Amino acid sequence: MFTLRNFSGFISDTLRLVTKGGRLYYAWVGFLLLLIAIGAGAYIGQLNNGLIVTKMRDQVSWGFYIGNFTFLVGVAAAAIMLVIPAYVYDWEPIKEITILGEMLAISALIMCLGFVMVDIGRPDRFWHIIPLVGRLNWPQSMLAWDVIVLNLYLLLNWFVVTYLLFCAYTERHYVKKLVLPLVLLSIPMAVSIHTVTAYLYNGLAARPFWNSAILAPRFLASAFCSGPAILLILLQVLRKTTKLSIKDEAIFKIAELMAYTMGFNLFLTAAEAFKELYSGTEHMVYFQYLLFGLKGHTTLVPYAWASILCGLAAFILFLVPRTRTNWVTLNIGCVLIYASVYIEKGMGLIIPGLTPDVLGEIYVYRPSLTEIAVAAGIFATGFLVFTLMLKAAVPMMLGEFTITKGRSPKQAPPQQA
Amino acid sequence: MTDQKTPCPSGGCEASSSAGGSRRKFLGAATAAMAAALTGCGTISKEEFLQHNFKELSKDEVLSVIDRLEKEYKAKYGKEVKVANTPPIPGVIFGYALDLSRCIGCRRCVYACVKENNQSRDPQIQWIRVLQMDKEEGVNLQHADQYYNPEEVPEEGHFYMPVQCQQCKKPPCTKVCPVGATWREKDGIVVVDYNWCIGCRYCMAACPYGARHFNWGEPNLPADEVNPKTHYLGNRPRPKGVVEKCTFCIQRTRNGRYPACVEICPTGSRKFGNLLDKDSEIRYILENKRVFKFKEDLNTQPNFFYFYGV
Repeated sequence: MFTLRNFSGFISDTLRLVTKGGRLYYAWVGFLLLLIAIGAGAYIGQLNNGLIVTKMRDQVSWGFYIGNFTFLVGVAAAAIMLVIPAYVYDWEPIKEITILGEMLAISALIMCLGFVMVDIGRPDRFWHIIPLVGRLNWPQSMLAWDVIVLNLYLLLNWFVVTYLLFCAYTERHYVKKLVLPLVLLSIPMAVSIHTVTAYLYNGLAARPFWNSAILAPRFLASAFCSGPAILLILLQVLRKTTKLSIKDEAIFKIAELMAYTMGFNLFLTAAEAFKELYSGTEHMVYFQYLLFGLKGHTTLVPYAWASILCGLAAFILFLVPRTRTNWVTLNIGCVLIYASVYIEKGMGLIIPGLTPDVLGEIYVYRPSLTEIAVAAGIFATGFLVFTLMLKAAVPMMLGEFTITKGRSPKQAPPQQA
Repeated sequence: MTDQKTPCPSGGCEASSSAGGSRRKFLGAATAAMAAALTGCGTISKEEFLQHNFKELSKDEVLSVIDRLEKEYKAKYGKEVKVANTPPIPGVIFGYALDLSRCIGCRRCVYACVKENNQSRDPQIQWIRVLQMDKEEGVNLQHADQYYNPEEVPEEGHFYMPVQCQQCKKPPCTKVCPVGATWREKDGIVVVDYNWCIGCRYCMAACPYGARHFNWGEPNLPADEVNPKTHYLGNRPRPKGVVEKCTFCIQRTRNGRYPACVEICPTGSRKFGNLLDKDSEIRYILENKRVFKFKEDLNTQPNFFYFYGV
């Protein structure tokens, strides 16, 4: 009973925390709400007219939405880049901040589900995919697997974050026997969400660009570059704007791990490119379209090379200890690798997979304004979720705001036994 | 591309639900309201929203669904549209053979198919795509052109290869569907339940033949051009946001008729029949002509064959 009452106090105090803030906070939230409104408006137009308001067509039947979805699954998976050093190697400096990684995963997953939802032609039939109520084609369909693992991973992260914060709020130490197995479970779960998402494409023999055995390893390697890049910048922002103490060594440790994954990612990309270009079979056309253009169509070429160059530059910046531990070059590296993977795992994956199409036709796809507006709305939703979670979590993590501390004097604390 | 809202058919959105299983009740009216919000305008009825996968419907439920659809089509097109539910004929697996040495690329099959199968005229959907190939290159998709438009066909130095659903024995498209909205029937025809498809387009990514087409916008089918003889799993008018495909004219072939494309072909390039019938023309072709399967290396095992008749 007390737990229940405390929990309702936790919920209402969380709501109170997220609704009160400085001018900058309100401006940021207002900006995100504006973007969400724009996205919602564009989405209503899409609902009324159909997906014809996008630039997707039969030839390129997936585009910007599914590209963003794929990239964000990687961001969600990257939370374990913090979990592994913290819990597996029992490295204290990172332990305190793993909860941030888990919150990032929650936000990324919400965006993932949003991008899937806006991509389907009949969102009113969404219930068809719910097991038992609808008719989930499991285990045959990789999309059915993806639905399951993404939702389980979301649930897992949501539970761990809520539980840890609730413990901080009630000034109790978390039960290690409960948290540790769950956190360790999140490691194979994170690997599985990205593996299954890769298999979604990988299993399609009709699309040689995706039908490559190293697609899933490439997904994982690139995810472990881009996700932590967001975290590194975030950690620096947080320790400037809040009292959260994040040690330099924690940041540098993550950066060091990223250098390894970046090197591995580049190696895998090179291995794929070598196989395709050296053997030069008819399957090479997709790589050609991506890297050099095909029959005069060069839409993707500048992006593809930008991605490769950004990835190389970031790798060098992270590999050299001097640039890795210099804040300016470290942050430049973060932006570069983020941009590189965003191109590679977004449009750089989806579009050449579908172009030329299965009958050899080249349809040049560029997202429409509607697609960009809807995507902006979904990104804003993810950022908003993350912002609100941070707003409530940071004072609780710091112990500034608990069941006995930090509440406004008017509200009496719930009665304690 | 139209954005005109059709009025709610058969008594409007508040029409009460017909009898159904416990799962339907579980969903309830609240979800129907949500559906109305999601489709933007509330043009779908509660029965349509709550309708279950075709394969799970009882005989009575199928009949009530068909009754509802016929009323909807009548309201929309102002004429009687029959929706059949003819099952596969026992002992029949349909096979198709296309003579590449005879096809002249006239595209009469394409338009006969559009007419017969009630495809959307705008946005234009065509289940048959005719590829113009270079004779020097052979069957090479990197040298294929679907948009050839000369005064006269066939053009010098070219041959023509129409592509439609290959009705695979191992269809990669049905395997990937997350909700089981598409499957292979006993007579080998791969079908879609347009009332169960969620429009994720995974099947389109999986199909190696470009045989699946999506209703990107509201399909536009002029009332005077509607073919009123339809089948639930075939040529009945489709809603926006779902995938459709060739069904070997299921509404014809299950009643002993040829598909529209076979009937119209002026050169006799298209052959159709029962693969299980030893005396059929299709069996003769398979046994006596030089036959190949398109993209055989993918092991989709089509029941659609290409051959060189002369």
